[in-house]
Amino acid sequence: MDLFSNLALGFSIALTPWTLILAVIGCFLGTIIGALPGLGPSNGVAILIPITFSMGLDATAALVLLTSVYYGAMYGGRISSILLNIPGDEPAMMTTLDGYPMAKQGRAGDALVISGVASFVGALLATIALALVAPYLARIAYKFGPAEYFALYTLAFATLGGMASNNQAKAALASFIGLAIALIGLDNNSGFARFTGGNLHLSDGIDFLVAIVGLFAVSEVFIFIETHGKSSAVGVKLGKVTVPWAEMWSTRWTMLRSSVVGFIAGVLPGAGASLGSFMTYMMEKGIAGEKGGFGTGVAKGVAAPEAGNNAAAGGALVPMLTLGVPGSGTTAVLLAVLMTLNITPGPTLFADRPDVIWGLIAALLIANFVLLLMNVPMVKIFVKILMVPPAVLLPGVTMISFVGIYSLSGSYFDLVLMILFGVMGYVFRKMDIPTVPVILGILLGYQMENNLRHAMTLSGGEWTYLFSSPIAIGLWIAAVLGFVAPMFLRGILKKPPMPETDSTVD
Amino acid sequence: MIRTDRIFGVVVILVALAYIASAYNLPPGNVFDKLGPKAFPIVIGIGMAICAAVMVLRPDAEPDWPGQKTLLSLAFATAMLIGYAYALKPMGFLAPTAIAAAVLSYQISPKRVPAILTGLGLSIGLFIIFKYALGLSLFALPRSLTG
Repeated sequence: MDLFSNLALGFSIALTPWTLILAVIGCFLGTIIGALPGLGPSNGVAILIPITFSMGLDATAALVLLTSVYYGAMYGGRISSILLNIPGDEPAMMTTLDGYPMAKQGRAGDALVISGVASFVGALLATIALALVAPYLARIAYKFGPAEYFALYTLAFATLGGMASNNQAKAALASFIGLAIALIGLDNNSGFARFTGGNLHLSDGIDFLVAIVGLFAVSEVFIFIETHGKSSAVGVKLGKVTVPWAEMWSTRWTMLRSSVVGFIAGVLPGAGASLGSFMTYMMEKGIAGEKGGFGTGVAKGVAAPEAGNNAAAGGALVPMLTLGVPGSGTTAVLLAVLMTLNITPGPTLFADRPDVIWGLIAALLIANFVLLLMNVPMVKIFVKILMVPPAVLLPGVTMISFVGIYSLSGSYFDLVLMILFGVMGYVFRKMDIPTVPVILGILLGYQMENNLRHAMTLSGGEWTYLFSSPIAIGLWIAAVLGFVAPMFLRGILKKPPMPETDSTVD
Repeated sequence: MIRTDRIFGVVVILVALAYIASAYNLPPGNVFDKLGPKAFPIVIGIGMAICAAVMVLRPDAEPDWPGQKTLLSLAFATAMLIGYAYALKPMGFLAPTAIAAAVLSYQISPKRVPAILTGLGLSIGLFIIFKYALGLSLFALPRSLTG
């Protein structure tokens, strides 16, 4: 069978000692990044991209390292949710609802073990589903011409924008700002410099890594200066960790159901891991009913959101790898990884670079087992790391950002630009303007314009060409629905009260 | 009362107009590139202006801005980081990083001794990791000193 020969190829690449070491390092760093409040999967991966790139790793190695960090962060987020009632990152928000009550009852160890296993089940099933689904979607994607791609990009902006903010105008504005920034620099088709104001530094355009690190990582420092890091880890206690086998077995259907729902939520553009954990928690709460005791510290209440968000993390890789369209902030960052490595995601990736795709999938499978080991028997190490005060952590993050960007370009201009993006990120977060669409705009702007120009040249300037195929029309309808529907759903889907999160991206 | 969203909206409209004007001066398309370099940016500029106009007409509730003292310290942090960006090349890695990290640490948690220790620790620790473990090319001291 195709799948097995592909996986064999993948494992032959991923099972080298060097790749395994990178996967272990990535998992370890990722769990720390996920666990620390103020650092989530997107800004954690963001600060590591420039450094990985300057180390000169090859494409597979860099991808294995950074996706291990991505998966690791998804596992790690639950640790501070359970122990501190502070989500380590946004997808782990729902885990606080039952995880923290369990910890208060002195069952922190049980909560960590069950949620760790749930994370493993969700991520493992999602990775298998990714291996099964992605090649089919890639085959459909071959039918996409420039008109369809243009519609697809619009869909990505519409749904991501629709989900990301409470105000549609602000979400759309964020997308337009990102696109506007992407167009700065030399136009490759005509050779004219656009919007550079004669500044030579700008003629190459603005590096998306500079924008990502600024918006996601540097802005976090400003938030912490404002709040003086009130949400810090003090007085964490964790007793002996044992495995509550019977209780874990009682959550088996919850884990399986949540994995399926989470994966689907992840595949949908714009949904991402936060929605995955939200949907699975609400679903399980509904199934269990009043006597289920959700919210008072039950095992199913930590198993559902953790299986859900980890499955969504795997699902989000499907549109990103097959179509080159990320579904969430973190996958946007992973798209940036691919683009930095000169790998163009999309259907051709499966045909041209099977080594990269299947090596990555095999590495993800391996990473899951590594993460299970780290997050269940070795969870105490990470609890110790949670004690790092923000007054040490955030300056550290800033300095790593500076070194990363500086070693990429060696220019102070990019560093100043990064700081300005940091200020922009702070102001936007204050004003409830989502920053993820800005990143998406910067990442996709060039291709979006190219596809539009290509489509117009093919059709001789006929605008109706954009709506000429059934696939394109379907995508346009989905885009309009994805943008408009959240306005109406917002009233119906009221979120339950939960602690403030300090991370706005997932 | 003038609200943040209104001011921001007006600023964005002005930027969008400048953006459109700048795109307008680009050459039109030709047979090989029907749309040319100007059409898409103009669409983006118009989109920006429309969204900003909605913000002016229907502003959200005022964001929870911090007090003047915090705003000043944020401005100071920004200025300090820009200074750090310019100092990194001529001054070497160690001294500017120690100072910048210590200042940030003090701003998050105003305790003098831990802040200084954080600055020193991060500067030396990160230098060792980056230079020797990851092999990035960094210079510890000003190059004029080491030759």
